[in-house]
Amino acid sequence: MTASTAPVPAAEDETDEPPRPKDCGDPFDRDVLPTPPGATAALLRSLLAPLKARVAGTTLLLLLQQAAAQAGPLLVAYAIDTAVPALRAHERGPLIAVAVGYLLCALASGAFQWAFIVGAARVNQDVLLDLRGRIFRHAQALSVDFHERYTSGRLISRSTTDVESLRELLSEGLQELVAVVLSFVYISAMLLWLDLGIGAVAVASFVPLYLLVRLYQRRAVRVYGERSTAIAAVIVKFVETMNGIRPVRAFRREAVNDADFAVLNRRHERANGDALLEMARYVVGSRLVANTAVAAMVLWGAYRVTDGSLELGVLAAAVLYLRRLYDPIDRLGMFLNSYQSAAASLEKIAGLLAQTPSVPEPSSPRPLPPLASELPGREVVFDAVGFGYRTGGEVLPRFDLTLPAGQTVAVVGSTGAGKSTLAKLLARFYDPTAGRVLLDGVDLRELALPELRRGVVMVTQEAFLFSGTVADNIAIGRPEASRTEIEAAAKAIGAHDFISALPDGYDTDVRRRGGRISAGQRQLVAFARALLADPAVLILDEATSSLDVPGEQAVQRAMATVLRGRTAVVIAHRLSTVEIADRVLVMERGRIVEDGRPAELIAGTGRFAELHRAWRDSLA
Amino acid sequence: MPTTPAPAEETTEEGAGESPASAGQSPADAGKSPGGDAPAGRSAVRALLRLWPYVRPVRARLAVAAAVAIVASCVGLVIPLVLKWLVDGPVADRDTGGVWLGALYVLLLGLAEAVLFGLRRWLVARPLSRVEAEMRAALYRHLQRLPVAFHDRWASGQLLSRGTTDLMLLRMFLAFPLTFLLVNGVTILVGLAIMLVQDWTLGLVMLAPAVPLIALSAYFEKRYAHVARLAQDQVGDLTTVVEESVLGIRVVKGFGRHRSQARAFRALSKTLRGTELRKARLLATIWAVIMALPEVAIGATLVAGAMRVADGALSAGTLVAFLSTALALRWPVESIGFLLAMSQEAATATERYFEVMDAEPEEPSVPGDRGPAAPRPGGGTTARGTTGAADRGVTEGGLRFEDVRFRYPDAPEDSPPLLDGVDLHVRPGESVALVGATGSGKTTLTALVPRLHEITSGRITLDGEDITAMDRDRLRSLVAVAFEEPTLFSASVGENVLMGAPHTAGAADLDRALAVAQADFAHALPEGTDTQVGEQGLSLSGGQRQRLALARAVVGRPRFLVLDDPLSALDVHTEAAVEAALRRVLADTTALIVAHRPSTVLLADRVALLSGGRIAAVGAHQELLRTHPEYAHLMAGGATPSEPTEEDQDR
Repeated sequence: MTASTAPVPAAEDETDEPPRPKDCGDPFDRDVLPTPPGATAALLRSLLAPLKARVAGTTLLLLLQQAAAQAGPLLVAYAIDTAVPALRAHERGPLIAVAVGYLLCALASGAFQWAFIVGAARVNQDVLLDLRGRIFRHAQALSVDFHERYTSGRLISRSTTDVESLRELLSEGLQELVAVVLSFVYISAMLLWLDLGIGAVAVASFVPLYLLVRLYQRRAVRVYGERSTAIAAVIVKFVETMNGIRPVRAFRREAVNDADFAVLNRRHERANGDALLEMARYVVGSRLVANTAVAAMVLWGAYRVTDGSLELGVLAAAVLYLRRLYDPIDRLGMFLNSYQSAAASLEKIAGLLAQTPSVPEPSSPRPLPPLASELPGREVVFDAVGFGYRTGGEVLPRFDLTLPAGQTVAVVGSTGAGKSTLAKLLARFYDPTAGRVLLDGVDLRELALPELRRGVVMVTQEAFLFSGTVADNIAIGRPEASRTEIEAAAKAIGAHDFISALPDGYDTDVRRRGGRISAGQRQLVAFARALLADPAVLILDEATSSLDVPGEQAVQRAMATVLRGRTAVVIAHRLSTVEIADRVLVMERGRIVEDGRPAELIAGTGRFAELHRAWRDSLA
Repeated sequence: MPTTPAPAEETTEEGAGESPASAGQSPADAGKSPGGDAPAGRSAVRALLRLWPYVRPVRARLAVAAAVAIVASCVGLVIPLVLKWLVDGPVADRDTGGVWLGALYVLLLGLAEAVLFGLRRWLVARPLSRVEAEMRAALYRHLQRLPVAFHDRWASGQLLSRGTTDLMLLRMFLAFPLTFLLVNGVTILVGLAIMLVQDWTLGLVMLAPAVPLIALSAYFEKRYAHVARLAQDQVGDLTTVVEESVLGIRVVKGFGRHRSQARAFRALSKTLRGTELRKARLLATIWAVIMALPEVAIGATLVAGAMRVADGALSAGTLVAFLSTALALRWPVESIGFLLAMSQEAATATERYFEVMDAEPEEPSVPGDRGPAAPRPGGGTTARGTTGAADRGVTEGGLRFEDVRFRYPDAPEDSPPLLDGVDLHVRPGESVALVGATGSGKTTLTALVPRLHEITSGRITLDGEDITAMDRDRLRSLVAVAFEEPTLFSASVGENVLMGAPHTAGAADLDRALAVAQADFAHALPEGTDTQVGEQGLSLSGGQRQRLALARAVVGRPRFLVLDDPLSALDVHTEAAVEAALRRVLADTTALIVAHRPSTVLLADRVALLSGGRIAAVGAHQELLRTHPEYAHLMAGGATPSEPTEEDQDR
């Protein structure tokens, strides 16, 4: 039983110097990444572009549906003004026409409605599928550097609640909007056609309505932005607590957490309430305008009938249309509602998608040369490499280093010496700010990703397990591997015994990030993964820290046999790992201060000799 | 502090109830979509009724709002009557004054309707936000208190989607469907009544589609509920994948697996798309029927009405008013489809919410009069009273494990317990190192002390007091833990460390703890110990986090200290310094230290070897090295003793 994996910040570099402060303080201020102007609209356009034809098709369906649905009052007018007098003249034709017409309209409006909803759902779902995929892929493509600054909770809320609000807009909002606009247009046209005066009042009423909508929209932008930021903060706290439930319990943080959560939750509650109130104001305003207009039109129409310039049936139809004219006005509000929250969300998503990966894939990749010898290792050259974080501070001053193919190099040094940075440069988690890192003469930046990962694999201290079976987790190293290969890798690393002892062996579900698999066992699984990946260069960054001595030795044996001939970079606090190294690099403040064979260095009087003595003393 | 032994059967009952309770409280395959097949048999209404306790505080507001909405709707229905009066009266009579009056009525009614609808929204805006917030807070509070075993089984994505999406659905349900199902129902009834009063035959024609509509809604409700639930669970799964891909980003990147991750994600989101489309088809069907059927009825009314107007049996004004009323009822009728759909979704959201809320939390505390001893397997409740007193004698002090057995609640019944009769006594002030092979249950054993998991049988005592008889808060304030994976929370460094101490602890305690853990780097952070760390702050390295976690464990000068491999991420120099400082702390602390390395073992006075689920040996490090081959293997390695590696050469 182990504590669950630490939330996110995780092994950054061993203290990059100077530490990069994130703008600490209010989490609410830091949620939105800078979004280039127009990015949000461009994102929406690019999502809808491939679906143009279907969007047009569904819009047409809606046009037809509305036409059918809005025909009713016209038929009423016809019935009162034509069919009734005709009936009195014993002529049934017009009434039968009304009956048939009404039936057809009813059936057509039902059928078109069905087709429209299904069609619209397909468009929506395709957009969402596309967007979800884009966010996911983009988040995965962004560099580790980015992930260290942008917390997991926020990324999660981008791909959950923010996508959800777009879903609401698409599935309810957009069709509302089109329906609302269409019915406005239809009905105004009908009214104008029935009677110019009544129609004119209807059209005139759109001016104050438009102003109201504008006003509402402006205010809603702010309110909904706040709401979406507030829920993101709630999510961050929620996720952090659930992932750290053990320390939460052990240190009795429940009450304190409740209080902290209450603050964030209340903030969201307030923002939520503000949004709902804004909506209430809009509803009152728009209804007032609408109902006043109705009264005006009734007055005008009735007046005209009294002086005989308007037929009664026309007034009846007009009145029926009027009732429908402003019906969708609340729905317009609902649309604006979901539009606002979707716009706020979309802006954040656009901001995320606008982040360019600082470690981009090459546009025209170069292949690795064929292996020079039978052995799988490749040569690594750091050519005038220097590295500093964007926020300043040089972590690794310019240096040159060549690791011949097949060499096992141990990198030692105290915390913050830059060992992990060196490893991350080699694994291309970061790109150097100066110089280049070459793998068999090819710049890492020019390697296509699959090739890079066949070349270099890094195993870190935190051995993350994904939900799925143990076998699945090992197979991350090489998804096409057979079960035999997976087991062979596990055997080689000494993990086979404990895996076989699990309830379902290799098919045991590790569930929630490996809750039931101890930290040491997880590191073994991570190792088996690396073994299976069969890379030319293997980087182990503190990858044995939780193993016991026999476990570590099994790993070392595996490295000596299975990984023979591979280039390996091993970072470990415990110098036992150094035993198997051909060469030792001692780092201090970002510089390589000693470089030589272990025995030479131990015999000397330098830093390594001292470290080694200290380590020997630490062994009982 | 329990003073009198409790009646035997009561103790037995409670003790026995403990672990099965935690075993049975969540569905077996909770990780995925627990209880995904539940809604089929359950009624949506019954699910939604469970919301009552949360809605109760705002019931008055909700009721008033609903009443206001009903009045507003009815006002809307009166307008056609005014129109009828207008058409049959002033218009027919060419009375311009009457026309003005009629228009004025229409205006006033319209204004009233607008204000009332606004009032309704204003009434519920804040209260409903509060209900949502309260439910979220309750969920969070509850989750924090659920057994760790529960969290092991539930992906946090599933929990999160309950805390966000599901609760939003519930708020929307309370805001619209709940009110408007009532309001629209009343509006429809009133409208029908008005129509029946005006002309009962036409009214009956209008009523005709009601029966098929209701039957259809019921049928639809069932199908839709199932698919809605499926979609919600799939969203939860998707959330889990997103979360894992973010948290495991280094693995994904290290192995260049983001394409296959993306493929897996795509597969899941495609499944979700399929489910959503099924949902849409169901919704489309109900919509089509709900739109077409009443329209047919209106058409029939129109034809019948026109015939009667032609006969002179009906006034034109009545027909206009009738149709106007019928049209005014169109939205209420049409809306029933999506209101029911929303209610259905809300019902499944409620079920999902209560799936978590129904899980039993750790019982908050134990009554003070509990006996000090928990039942042992196979009964043996006799003589409890006599041993009770002796148990608390000096010899029984310290941390004692007695015949402790433990099996994870979700482990198969027939599997051997992970811990199978652990007996270990850590004397007061003594520190014992716990050594065992990877996966032997060391970490599990340490988790039993602060009761993060409940032992299956046996007992653990602190200074003679059974931990199951202690208030959890008190227990956890006595025992401080440093976990192998150090988690820092979004708070300052100081707050993170001081959470291990009583509230009275101050800067001096913080400095001392940081010094012990060799975490003085904290002072050099941009804002010193006020620097924010964790999710929302500065990223620290594994070693730094481990040292802060260690500082957190020692800051409160706890009586009992449990350290799980506390030095694994430290470099040699730091490790040596931490050890030197820890030794002083350990001099007067009762401690259990999980150790992988000889250097850590040497912190302790004695070593216990955990093997095969029990303590196989206890003794001094040197002694065990000589006498116990398994121990020697664990500490010194080497497949066979004949080929010792360098670190074997102990001194």
